[in-house]
Amino acid sequence: MSTEANEAPRSRGKAPAGERVADWADGRLGIYSLAKANMRKVFPDHWSFMLGEVCLYSFLIIILTGVYLTLFFHPSMNEVEYHGSYVPLQGQLMSEAFNSTLHISFDVRGGLLIRQIHHWAALIFLAGMFVHMMRVFFTGAFRKPREVNWLFGFLLFVLGMFTGFTGYSLPDDLLSGTGVRFTEGAILSMPIVGTYISFFLFGGQFPGHDFVARFYSIHILLLPGIMLGLVVAHLILVFYHKHTQFAGPGKKETNVVGMPLLPVYMAKAGGFFFLVFGVIAVIAAITQINPIWAMGPYRPDQVSTGAQPDWYMGFAEGLVRYMPGWEVNFWGHTLVLGVFIPLVLFGVVLMAIAVYPFIESWVTGDKREHHILDRPRNAPTRTAFGVAWVTVYMIGLVGGGNDLWATHFHLSINQVTWFVRIFFFAGPVIAFIATKRICLGLQRRDKEKVLHGRETGIIKRLPHGEFIEVHEPLSQEQLHTLTAHHQYEPAEIGPTVDENGVERKVKPTERLRVKLSNAYYGKDNQIPKPTVDEYKEITSGHGHH
Amino acid sequence: MSSQDIPEENLPAAQDHPHGSVSVADEETPFADPGMPPHEHRAQDIDERAAKRSERAVALLFTISMLATLGFIASYVTIPHDKSIFVFPIGHISALNFALGLTLGVALFCIGAGAVHWARTLMSDVEMVAERHPIAADPATRAQVFEDFHQGAAESGIGRRKLIRNTMFGALALVPLSGVMLLRDLGPLPHSSLRHTLWAKGKLLVNVNTNEPLRPEDVAVGSLTFAKPEGLEETDEDFQNEIAKAALMIVRLLPEDIKDKQELAWSHEGIVAFSKICTHVGCPISLYEQQTHHVLCPCHQSTFDLSDGARVIFGPAGHALPQLRIGVNDEGYLEALGDFAEPVGPAFWERG
Repeated sequence: MSTEANEAPRSRGKAPAGERVADWADGRLGIYSLAKANMRKVFPDHWSFMLGEVCLYSFLIIILTGVYLTLFFHPSMNEVEYHGSYVPLQGQLMSEAFNSTLHISFDVRGGLLIRQIHHWAALIFLAGMFVHMMRVFFTGAFRKPREVNWLFGFLLFVLGMFTGFTGYSLPDDLLSGTGVRFTEGAILSMPIVGTYISFFLFGGQFPGHDFVARFYSIHILLLPGIMLGLVVAHLILVFYHKHTQFAGPGKKETNVVGMPLLPVYMAKAGGFFFLVFGVIAVIAAITQINPIWAMGPYRPDQVSTGAQPDWYMGFAEGLVRYMPGWEVNFWGHTLVLGVFIPLVLFGVVLMAIAVYPFIESWVTGDKREHHILDRPRNAPTRTAFGVAWVTVYMIGLVGGGNDLWATHFHLSINQVTWFVRIFFFAGPVIAFIATKRICLGLQRRDKEKVLHGRETGIIKRLPHGEFIEVHEPLSQEQLHTLTAHHQYEPAEIGPTVDENGVERKVKPTERLRVKLSNAYYGKDNQIPKPTVDEYKEITSGHGHH
Repeated sequence: MSSQDIPEENLPAAQDHPHGSVSVADEETPFADPGMPPHEHRAQDIDERAAKRSERAVALLFTISMLATLGFIASYVTIPHDKSIFVFPIGHISALNFALGLTLGVALFCIGAGAVHWARTLMSDVEMVAERHPIAADPATRAQVFEDFHQGAAESGIGRRKLIRNTMFGALALVPLSGVMLLRDLGPLPHSSLRHTLWAKGKLLVNVNTNEPLRPEDVAVGSLTFAKPEGLEETDEDFQNEIAKAALMIVRLLPEDIKDKQELAWSHEGIVAFSKICTHVGCPISLYEQQTHHVLCPCHQSTFDLSDGARVIFGPAGHALPQLRIGVNDEGYLEALGDFAEPVGPAFWERG
């Protein structure tokens, strides 16, 4: 405010200090051209655009608190005797990693709080990325020109999972050690190379003396380093592409409507960082997470019941739990399909969502840029695929907690497992069909609304006794919003005979594309949106319904 | 807010656009974009007193934040780190953690709430429109880039001097091999280490909890006992590695209940010893159902029937638990009669 008020001519004195600093920086960094392009950059507003911000801020919180934790944590597996202030473990043998985690939790003031903020923020980071990814998926925000940014985001999600896993394994407690053992077992199942990878990762036999130190450098340096780079690239691309927006009056593919970065977005987004941090701090104050002292130090011959990974690994855990124990022995070798297939499926399911944008753009053959978001209902097949994918993921989560489902709901563990085995296949099919039906129903309702107006809920009785329901015509804003989406025509196989009468071979890929295109946009797979003629015909005779 | 306080031009009647403006659809082009809707003023835009109230609210939030930070410092200094308090409905929790977390949370949250409230009520809420520009370059730029590239490539001669190009590719392809080589010493080769455990002929079965060698009479019907090989101590350098393979569970069955012939032959008076390490992915099995003689791995629920060679009856494990052949030595202690006949723990490629 004060700089604006001081816009007196400069001739009499020096420029204000702020301006002089800015001039100094511009002369060396060229900040003015950057600021000119971005200071009043327009960001559209929608609650769902906040999800990505939750991820960004929780990532920053994780880095801040993580640096603090490194000041006290000792990534060593040397065995020491415990002499800290937690009485029940006095005199116990434990690794230095576990010992220093106890020290952070009980003897460093605020250490427990930072540990809990770090862990809670990690859970929220992963959950935020999952939901943000689904928002981008269901609104079609991954379409050109944003496919690369979709992949960056996907990589962040996958790397986030592994960073989380290596992180919660560091305290070397009984629960996380069990998770590491599970990982080692899964690695052993890999044909030919499994034992070698396991021995190289653990520096010999499990558990060895190395994995905490190795996981530590992976957790605090390697993975977060890559992720930080990807986050920066992700944000640069968001700036460069400009944010997507939903259809509405005044909103076009060629513009972006919203609030300027300075001041509104800066205040809202900057404030939101503090909101996220504040909420996580309160959660960490009142909700205990990963009480390693209750589990005790890791020993490979001990375990507790109800062992669960952090939620984002639950899907992988589920795959391993409900897979039948197939093992094939031949020529002195063992193919451990019961563990290896889940390991492969884990990658396949994740890749399915990662490559989807490329499949859809191949089916549509659309090379245009898309900046107006789809409403999920207007892309029924995509939405149905997305819900089917989420269903597979959720079934995996249920399977990963099959023991908890059994104990909490008094079910048989065998029945829960069989339910999951069947619904791993049936669930996505049911979800796909149901979602597509719902989308088409919603499209029909939109069409009805456009043509006949909004139901007012008022019943009018006409003089001759007939009852009619009064519909209120939509405003032009609403009509535009409901009809702004583009509908594709299903692709057709081109002429099989060229102009000279020579038969042309139709490639199988072309046939597949046409088939898929019809499944996406053919008759009954989308409801044709109302045309102006239909609208005029209905509205011309007022009073008729 | 009474209407006489509001300037005349801001009263609804004097405004150009009625609130919640509903435009009637154009007859000819009803679906066309009507353009940006008119801006609607907030109370703070037209009523300075409302704006003042917002200003005070924002300042109050920032003030609460300052006080909370002071509270954080005070808590850090005054509350002992081992004091626990009862907070309903959470239960007994660390007083310091609770106080630090709440004050920090409030201090942060109020800064955020203040900033957002400021943005929403006092900063301009007039939407702006900016044009987008195609991401792809225009044809002239594209042509220029290709021209530059071809010129650069031609000047380097990489296309013409194939010998240089090919040897360079060769060198670049080989040089990462050094990095791969350096990873070799991450660990020793497996050899047959996964096939052997510490168990050997004559090694006594030592109770893990009491650290005493077990006699047959120590093992009651229906109990589950965990054992380790004699001589393996918790303080040993390689205790974790060895116990990860050698951990043993011992139960006593009635000899007539044992269905598997080999199991009976390798038992002693109905006492059987099986590897405690699950053949699925290596969790220690620890849940024993004494009526059915089933054991369940708590990690992934693989279930084994100890009365029938520990075969898998449910869950993801692929093969039975290895059994340790046991007997009794001259002094009446349980002893192993050799190592496990097959590798313990999860299956692997070389297991066969």
